[in-house]
Amino acid sequence: MIDTLVHVLLVLALPPLLPGVIARIKAAFAGRNGPPLLQGYYDLAKLLRKGSVLPEGSGWVFLAGPVAGVAAPLFASLLLPFGGHSAPVSFAGDMILFAYLFAFGRFFTAAAALDTGSAFEGMGAAREVAFSCLAEPALFFGFVALARISGSLSLSTMLGAGPGWVMAGAPLVLVAASWAIVLLAENCRIPFDDPNTHLELTMIHEVMVLDHGGPAFGLVLYGASVKLFVLSSLFLRVVVPFSVTDPGLDWLAFVAGILLVAIAIGVVESVLARLRLVKVPQLLVGACLLSAFGMLLLAR
Amino acid sequence: MSLLLVLAGAFVCVAGGVPGLFLPPGGAARRIATGGSVGGSLLGLAGAGIAAVTGHVETFTLPWPLPGASLHVGLDALSALFLVPLFLVSALAAVSGARSFGDEDHPADARRTRFFFGTATGAIALVLVARNVFFFLAAWEVMALAAFFLVGADRESREARDASRLYLFATHVSTLVLFGFFALFRSLSGSTELVPLPRGVAGTHAGTALFVLALVGFGLKAGLLPLHVWLPPAHAAAPAHVSALMSGVLIKTGIYGIVRITSLVPDPPAAWGDTLLVLGAVSAVLGVAFALGQHDLKRLLAWHSVENIGIIVLGLGAGVAGRAAGRPEWALLGFAGGLFHVVNHGLFKPLLFLGAGEAVHVAGTRDMDRMGGLGRLLPKTAFLFLAGAVAISGLPPLNGFASEWLVYLGLFDRARATGPDALRAAFAAPALALTGALALACFVKAHGAVFLGSARGEEPHAHGEPRSHVGPMATLAAACVLLGFWPAGIAPVLARAAAIAAPGPVPATSLAQLASLRTVGFSALALVLLLGAVSFFLRSRLAAAPATAGPTWDCGYARPTARMQYTASSFARGPVGYFRWALRPRSKGAPVARLFPVAARFESHVLDTVLDRAIVPAFRAGAWLARQGRILQQGRIQLYILYVVVTLVVLLFQV
Repeated sequence: MIDTLVHVLLVLALPPLLPGVIARIKAAFAGRNGPPLLQGYYDLAKLLRKGSVLPEGSGWVFLAGPVAGVAAPLFASLLLPFGGHSAPVSFAGDMILFAYLFAFGRFFTAAAALDTGSAFEGMGAAREVAFSCLAEPALFFGFVALARISGSLSLSTMLGAGPGWVMAGAPLVLVAASWAIVLLAENCRIPFDDPNTHLELTMIHEVMVLDHGGPAFGLVLYGASVKLFVLSSLFLRVVVPFSVTDPGLDWLAFVAGILLVAIAIGVVESVLARLRLVKVPQLLVGACLLSAFGMLLLAR
Repeated sequence: MSLLLVLAGAFVCVAGGVPGLFLPPGGAARRIATGGSVGGSLLGLAGAGIAAVTGHVETFTLPWPLPGASLHVGLDALSALFLVPLFLVSALAAVSGARSFGDEDHPADARRTRFFFGTATGAIALVLVARNVFFFLAAWEVMALAAFFLVGADRESREARDASRLYLFATHVSTLVLFGFFALFRSLSGSTELVPLPRGVAGTHAGTALFVLALVGFGLKAGLLPLHVWLPPAHAAAPAHVSALMSGVLIKTGIYGIVRITSLVPDPPAAWGDTLLVLGAVSAVLGVAFALGQHDLKRLLAWHSVENIGIIVLGLGAGVAGRAAGRPEWALLGFAGGLFHVVNHGLFKPLLFLGAGEAVHVAGTRDMDRMGGLGRLLPKTAFLFLAGAVAISGLPPLNGFASEWLVYLGLFDRARATGPDALRAAFAAPALALTGALALACFVKAHGAVFLGSARGEEPHAHGEPRSHVGPMATLAAACVLLGFWPAGIAPVLARAAAIAAPGPVPATSLAQLASLRTVGFSALALVLLLGAVSFFLRSRLAAAPATAGPTWDCGYARPTARMQYTASSFARGPVGYFRWALRPRSKGAPVARLFPVAARFESHVLDTVLDRAIVPAFRAGAWLARQGRILQQGRIQLYILYVVVTLVVLLFQV
């Protein structure tokens, strides 16, 4: 019960910290001071108090995007084990629900973008759904590989502490590399998308939400950070499937691990440039192949 | 009792259309035919529902004065599972079609369309209950012919005539192949009833031939790639309520055939299951890829039928492979998932076709690139279409997710086992994931281009949403929601039908233990509650501060127009590009040149690669060969006498 409570509190409270960490790392690389670590929270507090401008002609779908964008990753987090603690909800086949919840969020985010009738937002929505077509198989090849390693069909045991790295180190390296790419692509980080770009023509995620403002935009930002948090913890659990015996220490280790993932994303964003849009599918197909090879190595 | 209800329902459906043929068009004729379809369907629904819930098996035989033939009918859970969506869709589509394809707009065609609609419903019902080979083929042919007249319902449209001709050709090839199939079946089983084959037959060459014939004959009807060629044009050209019936239930008779036939084989080889698995995966991925390339809203939905048939066959393949491997739990999961998807596709596809029909009617075009903003004129249609789009994309919380989840679970369960066998399933699961992501892209596009944004062409006129149109759609959507929230409710029926589809060893665990559909239902409910909570929060924040309406941000462009919106074609360009090796998109138009480009045109199309690159050239070659034979026919009597003499001489030397 306490574990579930901590789990929910963490996923509700911690996500807006991650963009702050990433921004600080990038600032450090650029020799700047950067925004405060808690900037994400300040932004949310301000946005939720502001009035909003709704684009003419848009309907309820326009507001459904931000709502689904928050609800879907929040719900998905309940299926995921954080650190050594098993997930609050777990059943055979929950990884499929996990993946499809993100698809649900994507559906409504893209539909909300189309509801504005803007060419730019249509462009962003088209890119978002097109790239995730390639990210999805990479995720599922990884799931199959994990299912074969652990013999389980539930995320809690798939990602639980086991003999994975000893028994199947090479496949796990491939899956982890593939999922690192998926993590960056699904959260629209460099090299796929630059969250700080100023040119609408080249954006993916940010351009879908150009017309959202005020509380709706607050939800969009919050939903994006929750998604980053959840997918980071999935990735973390693949790389470090171990747990500390003391439950309190284990939670601390988990938070530290998440911050490390955020720092790593910051480093990647600082040292890499954005890919040209036409190159993005190639990298994603590469990610698919990596995890497919990971799965093939487990053929026996 | 339930079988009698089904037969009575089928009879009333057929009989209801007859008086209309002799009455003047309009009022009474329409009421009798629609009443017949609805009343007959309700009767049949009651019978099939009882059979599905109780699981009683009933059979009934009457003699038929033909050698080998008898009026042998039977009703079990497997038949009932196909009959329930049939009668539900038939009743709802008949109500919708009475207005949308009414006597006012189609004075010459409405009456006969209502008659053939009832006939098709009755014939499908008979196909599903027939247990005698001849009776099955007779019902099959009546169904095929009725559907031919339904596809060509609009006799003034050249497109409908062409589509119905292509369909007639395809369905007769299917019937021909089925004749061969049943002849072989009879020689192997020694009976003209649908009885189990003896053990050991399936592994022989004759068994392989039997499987291939069944696959071609039934696959043509189901629209399995590459036998789908008739399907996109037929569904596009037919009236919306006909497309709903055909896509929702008629093509499922092909699936029913495959399931019924494999259930009669006691020992299916592993190769059968793997063939189905591969065909299903190819059909699913390429079906949705072709759908993405379409501009025509109804053609897009038709291609999605190819995709969904692929998903169903993927489930069946997992089931057959499970039987072959001697793992009844895989068979149970695979068949239950595939059959669940049969029911679900029979609910959300008619929903989408009815919504699309209304959108096409209001917009005056099927071209999505000329639509837009219809959601403001048709808010209820837009909402219900969105529900169908979420369901068909396999997203929680609706029913599409529940059935795809079952199929996934069967594949994953097999993929984690040891052996080379497992690896095939291991590739099928990511293929299904790719299909799901593409379907999502396709339905974001379809819904967005049609109902969201603003009109790209002329502003359509306000039109209203009559109850006869919204009611059927709302009923179908409610069924989708029900099965999404409570998939455990249908689980016992699925388990019974799967047990018929996979006779033999019974799995040690029940379906509820293997797959927690109850948890999936709870998750769907929880997701909706969470969505409600977040939207309540957003609503309260929006109410707290002033909200105004303003123009959409366009980067400061001075004179935006609705035509600058992203079109359906541009939206799909990325994924279509990934599949250009199969889709072969054709585009016309000059590249933009010079600093101030002059007016330019650009168009791109994705046609049917199989039809254009394989079947049409093959028929051209056949026609050319046949023309070469014409030199024999000179029309002179002397020449024909010469032929006779030569033949006689050759024969004499032979003997």
